[in-house]
Amino acid sequence: MQVVLLAFDWFFLIEKLVLIIGIISVSLVIAMYETYAERKVAAVMQDRRGPNRAGPFGILQPLADGLKLFMKEEIIPNTSNRMLFVLGPCLAMLTAMMTSAVIPWGGNIEVFGRQVSLQITDINIGILYVFGVVSMGVYGIMIGGWASNNKFSLLAALRGASQVISYELPMGLSLIALLMLTGSLKMSVIVGQQMDGWYNVLYQPLGFLIFLICAFAECNRTPFDLPEAENELNFGYHQEYSSMKLGFYLFAEYINMFISSVIMATLFWGGYDIPFVNDAALMERIGQNWMALLQGLCLFAKTAIFIFLFMWVRWTIPRFRYDQLMNLCWKRLIPLALFNMILTAAVVLWLKK
Amino acid sequence: MSVTVFLFYFLSVLAIGSALMVVISRNPIHSILWLIGTFFAISGHYILMNAQFLGIVNIIVYAGAIMVLFLFVVMLMNLNTETEPKKNKWLKLAGVVSGGCLLLVLVAALKTAEKHGQLVQLKEGDIGLVGNLGKVLFTDYVVPFEISSILFLSAMVGTVVIGKKGD
Repeated sequence: MQVVLLAFDWFFLIEKLVLIIGIISVSLVIAMYETYAERKVAAVMQDRRGPNRAGPFGILQPLADGLKLFMKEEIIPNTSNRMLFVLGPCLAMLTAMMTSAVIPWGGNIEVFGRQVSLQITDINIGILYVFGVVSMGVYGIMIGGWASNNKFSLLAALRGASQVISYELPMGLSLIALLMLTGSLKMSVIVGQQMDGWYNVLYQPLGFLIFLICAFAECNRTPFDLPEAENELNFGYHQEYSSMKLGFYLFAEYINMFISSVIMATLFWGGYDIPFVNDAALMERIGQNWMALLQGLCLFAKTAIFIFLFMWVRWTIPRFRYDQLMNLCWKRLIPLALFNMILTAAVVLWLKK
Repeated sequence: MSVTVFLFYFLSVLAIGSALMVVISRNPIHSILWLIGTFFAISGHYILMNAQFLGIVNIIVYAGAIMVLFLFVVMLMNLNTETEPKKNKWLKLAGVVSGGCLLLVLVAALKTAEKHGQLVQLKEGDIGLVGNLGKVLFTDYVVPFEISSILFLSAMVGTVVIGKKGD
């Protein structure tokens, strides 16, 4: 048995492990600094200074916040279901991180004479995988809310779950229209088609808008942050949580925001393609590894713009009422997405003829 | 023992174990969570056979949508172990008899299937990939496919009608 196990491609395993650890730590650091950025953006919009005590410009603020959350007392309510109570935040964190596996973060790089792709796995069903993981995200909220054994938590959890399920539908429909154009579910193929060409957003402006709105709703961000509406539900589904378990819930939200921004950039805005530059020509000039670095940075720049958009909207638009939220989804977005889908299908058929 | 065989046994134990836990656990919420575990194990089996599309659709539809609705209903009705009604002795006996009948049918069906069955292709085989599956669905099996979509449509209309009855 030993011999057969060793026949495994160890280099492959190490390469993937390094990649996974790298991507997870980058997502965590970005999520940390998103909390800082959110407070700074809020401060600018409200004409304040924002955090400026910890380090220069308050740059150490996220570390201080994390330390505070770790130091706090861990409270597990007496009546709650212990195992599920702990499982809730774990699931929220896990599903937030899992999506990053299929995203292409840059072109190939060459390490010790080996071609290494900057994508953890390039599966045949990339977009569907993202979709599956998103639909799992509900469980973190629901289990946490139920295990807290608190009426407010349960109500918030049910609200959150029905919101996430409802907004998955227009999201899926807007993606179907995109898939009709690309003809592939592979993320690498979708990015490859946009390289040095028109971005998908030009073909699918309506689809992108619908996807953007749904992404806001899926991340439970304002104006759709009904699951944590303080004025109605105290603190939402994580009311009974304290210490780092609460931190995980809050953190998962920021990671979700980061990942959904990356997905929007990948699907609609050309992924790691450098805009206004002929990538193939530039690659000849500066070599593969530098090119991959530039492309990765470009993807992060696009992502940062979307993250800023998330924050901009949060501090601009007030929260919806719950019936308005559901009306928007079922009566506006779904018909609109269906219309977009039929229009795209008709145009694709017409052009093929 | 290669990695694939090891994974197969691991997933099988996981699937059967969590399926048993669905029946055994007293709390309905736990039952649902174990059922989700079962679905994940079955999806793992699909992926082991390289049927990626089936595997992920199983997760999206069953684990991601239907089980959430189950959770919804159970949470809203607040079913707990204390409120569970005591079942009477005859009812239990009837349950055992009907379960045994089902087992008999399943064993009989599997026994005949074994004779002209063939080994499942592990790891290789591209019949479950999304392109091939789509081609088969829209050429050889287009009529059943369309009929099932009409079935879904009528189910949706029926749900709306039932939901509207209140007002």
